Amino acid sequence: MDNAIKMQAKNVDFFYGKNHALKNVNLDVYANKVTAMIGPSGCGKSTFIRLFNRMNELVLHTSFSGKIFLDDLEINSPLVDAVDIRRRVGMVFQKPNPFPKSIFENISYGLEVNGEKDKQFIEERVIESIKKAALWEEVKDRLKESALKLSGGQQQRLCIARCLAVKPEVILFDEPCASLDPISTGKIEELILELKKDYTIVIVTHNMQQAARVSDSTAFFLLGELIEFGKTQDIFTKPRDSKTEAYITGRFG
Amino acid sequence: MKRLRFKEKLYKWIFTILAFASLFFLVGIVLVLIKEGLPIFQKVSFTKFVFGRFWYPTYNPAEFGILPLILASVWVTLGAVFVCVPLGIGSALYLNELAGPWQKAILKPIIELLASIPSVVFGFFGMVVLTPFLQKIFHLPTGLTALNASIILGVMATPMVCSLAEDALNYVPNTFREASFAVGATRWQTLTQVVIPAAGSGISTAIILGMSRAIGETMTVLMVAGGAAVIPHTFLEPVRPMTAAIAAEMGEAPMGGSHYHALFAIALILFVITFLFNIIAEIISRRFRIKLGLSG
Repeated sequence: MDNAIKMQAKNVDFFYGKNHALKNVNLDVYANKVTAMIGPSGCGKSTFIRLFNRMNELVLHTSFSGKIFLDDLEINSPLVDAVDIRRRVGMVFQKPNPFPKSIFENISYGLEVNGEKDKQFIEERVIESIKKAALWEEVKDRLKESALKLSGGQQQRLCIARCLAVKPEVILFDEPCASLDPISTGKIEELILELKKDYTIVIVTHNMQQAARVSDSTAFFLLGELIEFGKTQDIFTKPRDSKTEAYITGRFG
Repeated sequence: MKRLRFKEKLYKWIFTILAFASLFFLVGIVLVLIKEGLPIFQKVSFTKFVFGRFWYPTYNPAEFGILPLILASVWVTLGAVFVCVPLGIGSALYLNELAGPWQKAILKPIIELLASIPSVVFGFFGMVVLTPFLQKIFHLPTGLTALNASIILGVMATPMVCSLAEDALNYVPNTFREASFAVGATRWQTLTQVVIPAAGSGISTAIILGMSRAIGETMTVLMVAGGAAVIPHTFLEPVRPMTAAIAAEMGEAPMGGSHYHALFAIALILFVITFLFNIIAEIISRRFRIKLGLSG
């Protein structure tokens, strides 16, 4: 892994109330690579990536210690505004969550809240984002229609477009295909491979084949601990830890 | 086995009857209103009744124009909206979006408690506290005015508006908020551009039902609105809303006389108004549920 480190977690601990959800996690996310987080439900992988854009702050009764860096910036430092972090670190959620607005407005929203006023610029950026999210052919004639009329897979690509519109540096995917059919899943995976040219990508997935297909490096979580982290190829062919091996060979999960 | 089936059927029938009882009451009340209200239109035409400017039911010859009463109800209700909308919606937004767990734990029961205060107590409060206050600051001959009634009605409708609006905000899925935060929106932007529009029709339902509550309220307006059956020109004049007229005059109207029928006709019109409010509220809230992808 000769790439630059884009994001870095150092000695991260996280609690939901008294539940110790993440235990001393250290992990590097490399620029322009896809980093996958795998592990059984409740292992802390989703909690972990939600720390990368400070999304867990919205959840009550949680506590966090450790440091997370975006380039050289410590994102939890009191001088840093969560809003700025989220602009640079975008997120696509488990369930497609378009706003009950039109397709166009869904994507222009991110630009508008960030102070963009130039109508023409917004329009160009919206179209560019939809194209990048491989959705253009399907929606080009119905940009004014409600986004809720789209299918689940289209909604998820719309959410990706919404995320791309603000030009983040990192995109976090939190089980983006969990509620999609295999064809839509295939499209999203293709898209992720395409996007890594321009973005750094972190993906949480339940699906080990998906991790194997799209990622460059893989982290295996179990009960809040990072058990193993390395090149995807190595994790899946010669895991060092017996628990990783047990998981990827399907003995539990 | 057979007895068991009989029991099942019996229970089913009992609950069916209980459930339909409300329907019988509704139909019964409407029938009485129609039966007792319609005869007045043999004396006065419908337009003259609704748009007549003078309400002198006991004069000879009597005048049955209820425009002053309708306008009084409208003024007082609109005035109440100016009070209950900011208070109710504001507190709903606070409770749902800003309050921490302990603020919520304190405020919610208190707001609900406000709803349990009997209307006569509100009226009393209006008479004793608000009336002299208004009289003093506006230099009025009497503090019993449309403004007074509006304020008290607004406060009375606040808990209802608040709790319905809070429900509407609660229905807005958290995923919308997360999505908004994830593209770098602030809390305020998320609230005004995502949450409130998404809850918009639910909030309008809350407002309409609050209005329906205000327009139908009787005891309070009887006590604080001042009671003058004259077309109001400002909020600082005494007025006589429809409900107050019915309550005040029913006792002295000879049964079966024109005045008596006229009061029933007022009640009928009032019923139609609140009925429309409720239907509008229902239509809007259905649209709202569909919009959010909840079951229609």
